[in-house]
Amino acid sequence: MDRYSVFSLLKHAFRGHATWSRAWRDPTPKDSYDVVIVGGGGHGLATAFYLAAEHGIRSVAVLEKGWLGGGNTGRNTTIIRSNYMLTPNRLFYEHSLKLWESMSQALNFNVMFSQRGVLNLAHSDAQLDAYARRGNAMRLNGIDAELLDRAQVQAMVPLLDCSSNARFPVAGGLLQRRGGTARHDAVAWGYARAADALGIDIIQNCEVVGMRREGNRVVALETTRGTIRAGKVGLAVAGHTGHVAAMAGLRLPIETHVLQAMVSEPLKPVLDTVVTFGAGHFYVSQSDKGELVMGGDLDMYNSYGQRGNLPALEHAVACALALFPSFGRLRLMRHWAGVMDMTMDGSPIIGKTPLDNLYINGGWCYGGFKATPGAGWVFAHTIARDRPHPLNEAFILNRFASGRLLDEKGAGPVPNAH
Amino acid sequence: MLLIRCPWCGERDHIEFTYGGDATVRRPDPDAPLAAWHDYVYLRDNPKGPHVELWQHTAGCRQWIQVVRDTVSHAIAETAPAGAPLASIPNKGGRP
Repeated sequence: MDRYSVFSLLKHAFRGHATWSRAWRDPTPKDSYDVVIVGGGGHGLATAFYLAAEHGIRSVAVLEKGWLGGGNTGRNTTIIRSNYMLTPNRLFYEHSLKLWESMSQALNFNVMFSQRGVLNLAHSDAQLDAYARRGNAMRLNGIDAELLDRAQVQAMVPLLDCSSNARFPVAGGLLQRRGGTARHDAVAWGYARAADALGIDIIQNCEVVGMRREGNRVVALETTRGTIRAGKVGLAVAGHTGHVAAMAGLRLPIETHVLQAMVSEPLKPVLDTVVTFGAGHFYVSQSDKGELVMGGDLDMYNSYGQRGNLPALEHAVACALALFPSFGRLRLMRHWAGVMDMTMDGSPIIGKTPLDNLYINGGWCYGGFKATPGAGWVFAHTIARDRPHPLNEAFILNRFASGRLLDEKGAGPVPNAH
Repeated sequence: MLLIRCPWCGERDHIEFTYGGDATVRRPDPDAPLAAWHDYVYLRDNPKGPHVELWQHTAGCRQWIQVVRDTVSHAIAETAPAGAPLASIPNKGGRP
């Protein structure tokens, strides 16, 4: 594998870029691995990388039913932040954010992490008070947070309608400057390349269709490329967590829902931060290609179909125009959807299951992309040591039985309300 | 756009309805063990395929209805009043 640097770039430039080695191998699956990770998105690939890099476990396969990063890794709106209220969420997402800050160097792959800030808008004094409380909670853990008044918000985002004529006038906002965006495909590719270099087999076009159980263990996975025996099995299959876990006989506190996103036609730089609406569910940033990347609410009904409906899009666009009336002249270029595993408390599940050697990293609701490095890091620890890391002890599956829920929004056991 | 046939009002756009989730969960007896209540409140089959679900016709007659809908194709096989038996999935009729 070529190490990417200015020197290797120059060397290959003189050879007409004809002799670059491939970024990762395309191995035939072996009969057996110590650990099999199901799901070749950012989370699965990061888990495999940290299993090898941090725990020395190299007999690892990552099974992907399609192509790398073709699921939610390639479908999200790439927002990265750690501005949470509840302590376990703050500590976990801040750990993840710190891994983002060194990711391009650690993987020798430019993931284009851009700390352009994440600005949550408030539209009432009460909402601004709640943001102040959340910001103070963050600062107690050493996480950056700044409360902005309306004039500061207007100075930061000139196109935003901060007038008193706005449908929901802006009162201020909570800003996390270290938040931002990254190139989502590059995250999958960077982890895949780094994991492959450590000897991990990444097997694409390999769908798990069944699990063979003996007693309280999963001993083998039936796949479209044959039977693969596994010492331990980790699930990192995003919206399909419930579907795949059912193959092992598990029912989970998860419903799968469809979430849409969209981009406008590309335009010159107009928005240099991430803005989230506080009076509806909407978030927007501008990609390096110039497109406005926008997302909103779920379609609200159970779905494994990776496509959405127009009413949810209309809601998101209406929010966009309430904030940025000038965007009304843009055309939408493309819209798509991914399927989310929505949990009963809106927080993820990372940990052991009732089966001895089956582990779950799922239930990411709207927020899996920003967690990619942190989730891979704690999930690798959980699999390697057979117990959660202190950072994911609060995210274990049996919190629903013990009553230790992590309901950031306080919405109750209604998955589509989180 | 989903076109949902309300048993009382006929075919209507799905924005007239509010989703009510899995229609097959059953509330346990009040003195059932805690595990039964955990399963009722939190666990779902979450099928990839036919799903029996509740919708309320909130912008119409306000009745709760059952919809048998495929969660991959979104095709609706059947609708019925809440609690009524279903033709496409026997023994699965649910009430809110």
